[in-house]
Amino acid sequence: MLHLQNLHKTYQGAAPLHVLRGITLDIAPGEFVSIMGASGSGKSTLLNILGILDNYDEGEYILDGQPIKNLSESRAADLRNRMIGFIFQNFNLIPYKNALENVALPLYYQGVSRKKRNALALEHLERLGLREWAHHLPNELSGGQKQRVAIARALITKPRIILADEPTGALDSHTSAEVMQLLTELNAEGMTVIIVTHESGVAYRTKKIVHLKDGVIESIEENLHPSDNPFGDLMK
Amino acid sequence: MWREIFASLMRNKLRTALTGLSVSVGIFLLIFLLGAGNGLIHAFEKNSGQMALNVMQLSPGITSKPFEGLEEGRSIRFEARDIPLSRQAGRSRVMAATGSASQTITISYGENTSTGSLVGHYPENFSIRKMKLVAGRYINAIDMQERRRVLVLGERVATDLCGSPAQAIGKIVSADGAAYRIVGVYADKGEMGEMQAHTPFTTLQTIYNQGNNVPTILLQTHNAASVEGDSILRSDLRRALAARHRFDPTDEKALWMWNSARGAEETAKAMSILRNALWFIGLLTLLSGVVGVSNIMLITVKERTHEFGIRKALGARPWSILRSVMAESIIITAFFGYIGMVAGIAATEWLNVVAGTKAMEVADMKMEVFLNPTVDLGIAVQALLVLVVAGLVAGFVPARKAVRVKPVEALNAR
Repeated sequence: MLHLQNLHKTYQGAAPLHVLRGITLDIAPGEFVSIMGASGSGKSTLLNILGILDNYDEGEYILDGQPIKNLSESRAADLRNRMIGFIFQNFNLIPYKNALENVALPLYYQGVSRKKRNALALEHLERLGLREWAHHLPNELSGGQKQRVAIARALITKPRIILADEPTGALDSHTSAEVMQLLTELNAEGMTVIIVTHESGVAYRTKKIVHLKDGVIESIEENLHPSDNPFGDLMK
Repeated sequence: MWREIFASLMRNKLRTALTGLSVSVGIFLLIFLLGAGNGLIHAFEKNSGQMALNVMQLSPGITSKPFEGLEEGRSIRFEARDIPLSRQAGRSRVMAATGSASQTITISYGENTSTGSLVGHYPENFSIRKMKLVAGRYINAIDMQERRRVLVLGERVATDLCGSPAQAIGKIVSADGAAYRIVGVYADKGEMGEMQAHTPFTTLQTIYNQGNNVPTILLQTHNAASVEGDSILRSDLRRALAARHRFDPTDEKALWMWNSARGAEETAKAMSILRNALWFIGLLTLLSGVVGVSNIMLITVKERTHEFGIRKALGARPWSILRSVMAESIIITAFFGYIGMVAGIAATEWLNVVAGTKAMEVADMKMEVFLNPTVDLGIAVQALLVLVVAGLVAGFVPARKAVRVKPVEALNAR
């Protein structure tokens, strides 16, 4: 599904910053992976590259058989739209659009008619228990509700991969557990889910933990019984 | 897409309105200036249509070069014989020639008297000066040939002397002891100055032994409007008159010539310069409005950078972002521009009602000051085109800026 070979990334500037120093990683379809590391370890940069939001300098990145290198902006936009569902720490909902419109937005960029995309968006909101909130603006929703809207938006294009950047970072422990439960269920349905986090409590809910340190993979840990780790106890 | 754009415009109502206002004012001024300019141009065109356009005027001057032993500084004087001479010298380019000489007289009819000039004219004077008759006829060839004592008076004098123009026809008046018959009355409404009684040039010559001083010669020209025709005619006339009056043919100051046909061409040029200048001023005003829109769009784009980042992450192509920013800019300029245009057209129509029929009456003609100061459909369409282009220009820089930000940078923007 996802193949990284000796990936390098340097931020140019007054003092060039070599953030990723040769990442080699394979993620198979249906995996539930977390990328864990302290701040500055390069985990966000890695996620941006995986999400085709940023480019890399050296190495190879193949997403679902498609080499990701030197893509035009339009091609990159299409790939993001169809292959990847994003979940962000700060939700990234568009403030002047209601929940329904936010969820339907990716379909707008596919050229789906308003009627059809709103129907689909409502279906997804219903599945996440937000039907009554469909016509509310984001600032009228709680943090957990916002993140569920964002998840509905990530799912609406039926992507191959869900990329979540600190999905529980702005939530309390109770709603964090709910969101992790949702992601676990998605994975159980066969979705490939990749989470970037610095919280071990979140990481230990996934099946595979990639430890990142100073731009290299320190270790890859198989977590055979993710549910054995009580979430709340490890939130620290 | 349209919903998106209107939603974005509605979020900043005041800002949008204030920016749009500058575009409205710009296009309003453009239309208003062009309308007012058109009023002047139309009036001028109509006025010049009332005067003969194919007239060459000759006046003698003072020599500035010595010639054949004669000193410079000599005054040249036209005489009666210079009139047929200039006619011949101009060859096919002169259709008629006229000149005049005058004598101060007092005309009396019964108790009534009037003082002014007795002016000797050629029959051609009538058509060259585009005169209008109120009653009777003008001087004709037989009058000239037989040196008849006939007069053509102005309307005012005829009324003063005989009661009305119609009553004046056929009356015998006396001037300096000689009797003259009134044969015609010309229109001189609004004309300033003293009484002018027209008589055949030959009659004046005979009675007063006048005619050795002809201040100006008027030629009715043909094919003299072009630069080439004008210069051929000028050199022909100059050569002939120089030979007779013995001045250097290259002496520009010995003979003055003014060609109204060339003048008309230069007037047309001046009018087109005026029109262009008005466009220029109007467009500059509009430009300041466009810069305002561009500026506001830049701010809007900066504020929305994060939102564009979200959209890019969700799969918005560059074209989609570019299109939405450009469309927003075009909508602002087109909407407010349209308001300005309608207001401008309304203002020119108002101007038309208030000042569109202003005219001064000079001599026998109406001089329009301001005629139909409105813009035609062509200008309105051009203005609309200008608006759309203005919108594109105003939106382009901000839109490009929005597109160029990398998705990851846009997402991190706050």
